[in-house]
Order: sequence, then structure tokens, then C-alpha cells
Amino acid sequence: MTRQAKTWLVIGAVFVALLVARGMIGQGLGRVYVKRTDVTVTLPDAAAVNSAAAGASSTSASTSASTSASASTSAPTSAASTQPTAPSSAPTSSSSAATISWQEWKQVPPLEFIAAQKANPAQTEITLSWPRTIGLWLAAFFTLAIFSFLYADNPFYKIAESLVVGVSAAYWGVIGFWDTLVPKMFGALTPGLVKSLVQPSLVAPEMLQQISMIFALILGVMMLWRLLPRGGWISAWPLAFIVGVTAGLKIVSHVESDLMAQAAATMKPLVVSVTDASGATNMWDSWWASVANVLLVTGVICCLAYFFFSVEHKGVVGGAARVGIWYLMITFGASFGFTVMGRIALLAARVEFLFDDWLWLIDPNHFRGL
Amino acid sequence: MSAGNFNNTNASARPWFERLDRIDRRWIFLLMFLAVSGPILWIGVTGKTLPEAPTLAARAVFQEIDQLPAHSLVLISFDYDPASAGELQPMATSLVRQCAAKNLRMVFIALWPLGNQVAQQTIQDVIRDDYPALKEGDDFVNMGYQAGNEAVMKLLLTDFAKAFPKDSRGEATSNIPMLKDVKMVSQFPLLISVSAGYPGSKEWVQYVISAYNEKMNFVTGCTGVSAPQLYPYFPQQIAGLLGAIKGAAEYESMVNESLAVDGVATAPKYLQAQRRMGPQLVAHLLMVGLIIVGNVIFFARKRRGAA
Repeated sequence: MTRQAKTWLVIGAVFVALLVARGMIGQGLGRVYVKRTDVTVTLPDAAAVNSAAAGASSTSASTSASTSASASTSAPTSAASTQPTAPSSAPTSSSSAATISWQEWKQVPPLEFIAAQKANPAQTEITLSWPRTIGLWLAAFFTLAIFSFLYADNPFYKIAESLVVGVSAAYWGVIGFWDTLVPKMFGALTPGLVKSLVQPSLVAPEMLQQISMIFALILGVMMLWRLLPRGGWISAWPLAFIVGVTAGLKIVSHVESDLMAQAAATMKPLVVSVTDASGATNMWDSWWASVANVLLVTGVICCLAYFFFSVEHKGVVGGAARVGIWYLMITFGASFGFTVMGRIALLAARVEFLFDDWLWLIDPNHFRGL
Repeated sequence: MSAGNFNNTNASARPWFERLDRIDRRWIFLLMFLAVSGPILWIGVTGKTLPEAPTLAARAVFQEIDQLPAHSLVLISFDYDPASAGELQPMATSLVRQCAAKNLRMVFIALWPLGNQVAQQTIQDVIRDDYPALKEGDDFVNMGYQAGNEAVMKLLLTDFAKAFPKDSRGEATSNIPMLKDVKMVSQFPLLISVSAGYPGSKEWVQYVISAYNEKMNFVTGCTGVSAPQLYPYFPQQIAGLLGAIKGAAEYESMVNESLAVDGVATAPKYLQAQRRMGPQLVAHLLMVGLIIVGNVIFFARKRRGAA
């Protein structure tokens, strides 16, 4: 056994021992309890819903088809309208056309489960949620697996990395299909079919949008042509279209917001007079406002001088360029500082998750009543 | 500093700065972990947070929302996903809380696929839990995610209902009471974006604010990585800016102070950003220390080389 393998073994053994010890102290760790709520919704008008469903194939911008989707949250007698829907809630059953019933599970503190068990050991309203508990442990495991790369590359890290890549690719595929292709392309070309089969709440497009989608479809097919053995050049046409449209959009927006507006924002008075509420000049604020403007204008001119290569950086231009370098270095330092702050915030969030949700060492949200 | 130097021979014969220079970098990772986890444990147990002195950019965000009359429309774009939630969720929570407390009519949108779920969770945590009187469709609505990036922004300029034809429940935009008279984005006096990158704050400035700079104001909260790119837009194009977790903590403290009730402690969920400033402080001190040590090593080696 290599030295590195032995080190991994020792780290793993110590970690498991600590975890077992933590599990035996106090309330334990890493469990998710949920409370079941039965929700029954009475639809406002069953006859209207039925007729609306029958007329769902209409291509008008009618909202009738969305009734079934929105009824669960808009019905005045609905428990769901007063009690929020938990993210994991899912319909479990449906009754007649007039009412819809399902169950919701909302996370509750462990103390609530203990109190419910004491009151009635046979109760099933509050239970340990195995799916959520396993999810919590998987989240903790993968967090640690990613962190383990800081020690050395290892199989756990590889598994976590591969999963992230695989899940991300699949997720983007699904998003692209259901949020772009189905509502925008198929929904525009065959609205009745999409509405009746997959998206009853689809708002039917206008005629112009439908026609434009035919062109989009043709361009899409031309783009895919590059996968065929012959005629790959055909994909150059949609590419040219994309480049042209994107360039047009970007140029206009950049000139407006990053050139004109920024140039205007740089043209500031070097001497500023700040007055207070009584109309008197506030010397201190005026001094600092003037200094800020002088620094700003100087910085812009000097940084431009540094990037002005048509003249040799000697004399006045050379001095300005050197000042420009200082400005740039300070900017890079500020950027680095912000990046560090961002990364530490993300690390803190993950460590908080491990200590709070998983290990139950802290309870900053006073959820478990520790 | 290098990794994996387990077999350094004659280590004791080397000068101190060389030994320090060759220290295994995993010790630094361990130090950083301790610097972050120590304050989290301490703050988690004691519940104490550090005081915040709001800067001009954070104060501007607060004032922009505070000066709006009740029932004003506010467009809130959730342009991030759970990967950035550690940095951005605290500011999103506080932004929605201030809007809800001011009784503004909030329209949530998302240009990131998972932004819809993050917005839904924020609505749950803030509006449904603490402002149950606000009614969906009248006081707030989640329009969900819309694919298209800048194209959605451009469409918002001319036709709101075309950009977001239905809300996240499937209700048609034309049937939502609070959006009955909304035709285009310029009818929102304030646009808020919580942004983790592309598409986000920069694109809102480029495609929407440039077109309507005088009609609508724009405030944003962003990640630390993107903050330096956005500061040049403040205050002309971006009226208020929350830069990373520090900006979030400053803003959070202002919102908490403005909504404080005598004798009632602020709910812990509204202290997320201030709690995370503890680890920031210690970790930054460690970083500063390491940079100083690195420079000392550099100059010591230079001096020895010169000698």
C-alpha cells in the first residue's frame, strides 16, 4: 500500500469515526422530517372547465386551457392558496373532474416529530422522509468529494465531476427541448397539437410569429446540414445570419451604453461645490467630490495613454502611461479582492450547509430549536 | 509554494524563507477551511454578527426602493442559479422583503433556467411566510423562465406579454390583474436584477436601460467576480449596486434597521449576509497575511541572491 493510500485510509477512518460519534450525541444528524398535508381543491366551475378543455385546440389567445393548471392555486376554497406548496409536493391522486386532491409534504423540525411521536406513537402525519434524507447525505457526500480534490485527485472527485458534467448536459438538453423547441418552435407551428398534448397553457402565437418560425425552422435544418457527408457549406448561411444579427445587436447596444454613456459619465467638473440643505457650501464634501472627479478624469486619461501605442512612451506620455499602469494594477487588485470575496462566500455557504443541515452542529435559522 | 513535497531532503539546512516557500500548499487550504469554518461555528452558536456601515452604492439601492410610492410596479429579474445562491440569495431575500414591506407590486422573471425555482423559493420564504396578505396576481406574480437572453430583453422593450405570455402557473399574462395595463418594460419605474453573469446586469444596462435611462431606474446585486465590470455604470446607468456578499450585508442591515420592531428580534433568515461576513473577515485577514508572507519571502530571496 502506497503512502498516499494509507493517508486516505486514515483520513477516511477518522472521518467515519467522528461521524458515528456525532450521530450518537444529542439529536444526532442528517435527517429530514416531513409533515403531510392533504389538499383538496374544488374547481370553480366544472362545466366551464370541461368546455374549455374541449375547446383547447383553438388557436386564439384564449386562457381557458390554463384553467386546469391554475385552478389549484387560484380556487378560493383551496388549502393551497393559504398554505404554500412545498417544493417536493406532487399530485398523488385525482378524483372527479370537479375536485382535485393531492398530498403535500413540508419539512418540519425534528422536535416536532418527537413531540408527535410522544403524543401518538402510531401517527403517520409527521414522518422521516427517506428520499429527502438520502438527498441530503448525497449532497454532503458530493460536497466533500469535490473538496477532496484539494488534497489530491481521487476516484470520489472523479465520480462527482462526471456526475456534474453528465447532469448538466442532460439538464440543458431538457431545458432546450421543453423551454425553447416545444413552446417556441412546435408551439408556433402546430399550436393545437402542442396545446392538446403537452402544454395546455400554451398561449397561441400570432400569424406573423408563426410565419417567422417557418424561416427559423428552415435555418435550423440548414444548420444541421453540416452533420451530413455532403453540402456542409449550407450551414454557413444560418451561421452568417446569426453573426449578422448578433453583431448588429451588440454594436448598437455597446455604442449606446459603453461608449457614449461612459464617455459622458467621464466628463465631470474638476471643482465641485456641494451644498447642504440650508444652501451653504459643505467644504469637506466639496473637497472629496472634487478629489474623486480629478482622480477619475486623471485615471481615464492615463489609462488611455498607456494603451496609446502610436507614440513612444517617453516624456509626458511616458509619465502618464506609468500612472495608467498604477491605475490598472489597482483595478486588477480590486478585481482579485472581489473574486476572493465571492469564492469565500460560496465556500462559507457550503460549510454552513455541512454544519447546519447535515451535521446539526449549528442552528443559525433556529429551525431545530437547538 | 508547491504541492506534494513530502520527500524534502536537507530541509533543516535551507534558510527559513526557502522552507516557507516550499511548504505544501495543502496546509494553506487547511488554514483557509479553518478560517471559514471557525467563524461559522462561532456565529452559528452565539448568533452574533458584525456591524455594517453601508456604502453609497448600497444606500442608493435602499433609497431607490424606499422612494417608490406604494403599489408601484417593480420588475425583479432572477438571473442566477443555486450555484451562486451562497453569494446572491441573501440580497435577493432582502430586496424582496423591502419591496413586500413597501407594498410594491412585484413581477418576478428569470432569464436563467433555474432562476424560476430560486424566485419561487424566495417568494415562499419571504412573501408567503411573512407577508401572507399579499395576493398572487394582484400584488406579486412569478412569470417564470423565458429562454432567449438578450432577445427577451429586446422584446420587453416593445411587448411585455409577448416576452412573457404566461406566468409560472400557466395563467395568461392578459388575465393577470396587476399586469392588465402593462404593455412594455418602461412602465416599470424600477428594474431590479440579481445577477450572476450572462445574461444579467450588464445586458440589462446595454439593452434596456440605455433605451429608457430617463424613464426607469435600475438597481442590481451581483457576484464578486462581475462587480468590477459593473461599477463604471454606477450611478448614471445603474442607480444602486450591491457588490457581492459585502454589498448584501450592508443592504441587509439597512433593511433590517428600517423594518425593526422594538422588542422583536430580526428573523435569522434575514441575517444570512451579515452572518457570512464573519468568515469573510477572518479569511481575508488570512489572505492578507499570506500575501505579506509571500512578499517577505520574495524580498528575502532577492536580497540573498544579491548578496
